[in-house]
Amino acid sequence: MLTKRIIPCLDVRDGKTTKGVRFLNNRDIGDPVEMARFYYEEGADELVFYDITASAEKRGIMIEVVRRVAEEIFIPFSVGGGISSVEEMRAVLLAGAEKVSVNSAAVRNPDLIRQGARAFGSQCVVLGMDVKKVRPHPGLPSGYEVVINGGRVYTGIDALWWAREAEQLGAGEICLNSIDADGTQEGYELTLTAMIAEAVSIPVIASGGAGHPEHLFQVLTEGKADAALIASMTHFGTYSIRQIKDYLRERGIPVRYLW
Amino acid sequence: MGNVFKKIMIHIVDYAAGNLASVERALKKLKIPCRVSPDPEEILKAERVIFPGVGAAGEAMKVLQSRGLDQALKRFVASGRPLLGICLGTQIILDYSSENDTPCLGILPGEVRRFPQGHKDREGRPLKIPHMGWNRVRWLRDHPLIRSLPPDCEYYFVHAYYPVPAEEQKVLGITEYGFPFPSALAFRNVVALQFHPEKSGPPGLALLKAFAEWEGQDVD
Repeated sequence: MLTKRIIPCLDVRDGKTTKGVRFLNNRDIGDPVEMARFYYEEGADELVFYDITASAEKRGIMIEVVRRVAEEIFIPFSVGGGISSVEEMRAVLLAGAEKVSVNSAAVRNPDLIRQGARAFGSQCVVLGMDVKKVRPHPGLPSGYEVVINGGRVYTGIDALWWAREAEQLGAGEICLNSIDADGTQEGYELTLTAMIAEAVSIPVIASGGAGHPEHLFQVLTEGKADAALIASMTHFGTYSIRQIKDYLRERGIPVRYLW
Repeated sequence: MGNVFKKIMIHIVDYAAGNLASVERALKKLKIPCRVSPDPEEILKAERVIFPGVGAAGEAMKVLQSRGLDQALKRFVASGRPLLGICLGTQIILDYSSENDTPCLGILPGEVRRFPQGHKDREGRPLKIPHMGWNRVRWLRDHPLIRSLPPDCEYYFVHAYYPVPAEEQKVLGITEYGFPFPSALAFRNVVALQFHPEKSGPPGLALLKAFAEWEGQDVD
């Protein structure tokens, strides 16, 4: 039986890992390569790196991080953040990432998903979506709106429509982040996650709000997610991957163990 | 101990199909000397060959044929030296793939099938295609390559098609995804894996290490 994946997310700025609450107040917490190795040895199933470096000229630093991570860890990992062309996707994949995630740039230019899928295969292309709950209206029937540029710009695009559209364009997976839940450690947005996961036939990674193993249990059952992204709850040592997996396995969720 | 692998060289077949670099990185981590090569002459003379690959069978066969690698691989296998197939490489050693109706190398009788549309698990819940993520391999018999591995553990898969050898005895391991499918094949000097050992953490690396030490003999 296919196991549910537990995926630590490392936000990287100028080559350092950071973690902020609701995209603000980021503080440095460590070397991404060291953290990647730590999570690999602890039994993480996959890793996500999010490059939050503001300037394009520092993009090279991230490629170097990707290269070093690929030499050290032998599980899949994806890289996202500011990627807006097939050439940038190629650079990340050549440096050793298994997948590349596109977010704001795909909203501005949906054809980027199609081009990426055609060049590298759908399994390499992850759509990252940042979503905020809004009052439903005819233009946003699901009541969830896609936001871009790190949560700052409202697009007027319905999240449910966009998820389906991205699947049609060739995205192989969706990483769904709730801006409302992100960094709160109060639990994932279950309604949103279940709605998207049931609407598409590609895997959905739930993101934003994990603070307790119970939150992962909820999103992998009620939330119908295929995988759960975590950050704060393990970055600061509150829980280990092993503790989370023990908790899930005791409750009947199939998870992978290291031997 | 540091010199155990000194003379061992693994050749990785380069046919512009995906995961070559990740296989190379994994071998480098294990300190196993390897070389990525698109040259059929070099492959033919190699001590051991890894035949990896990600992508579509039709495209892959075209590249193999245009480089003369199809014949080189067949002759290499006939020589009795060890070959390890990974993912698309595993599928291509069979006769035929239903992916774009592609005739393949025919090194092992059998065919490649797609998981069916509307695929469901045993409780009737829909299963996503491709089959992507960590799933368990159940080994059906003994083999030198798997002796250092735990009996049942998970490996990393990404695929929509799976190999079906004509003879059931060629199946070394199976994996459950709606139904059990062959996830590892073994015959004579060939082992072929549907999953990615280079992305499967410590047990995957252990498998690659065992391949580097294997002389190409099956249990009998």
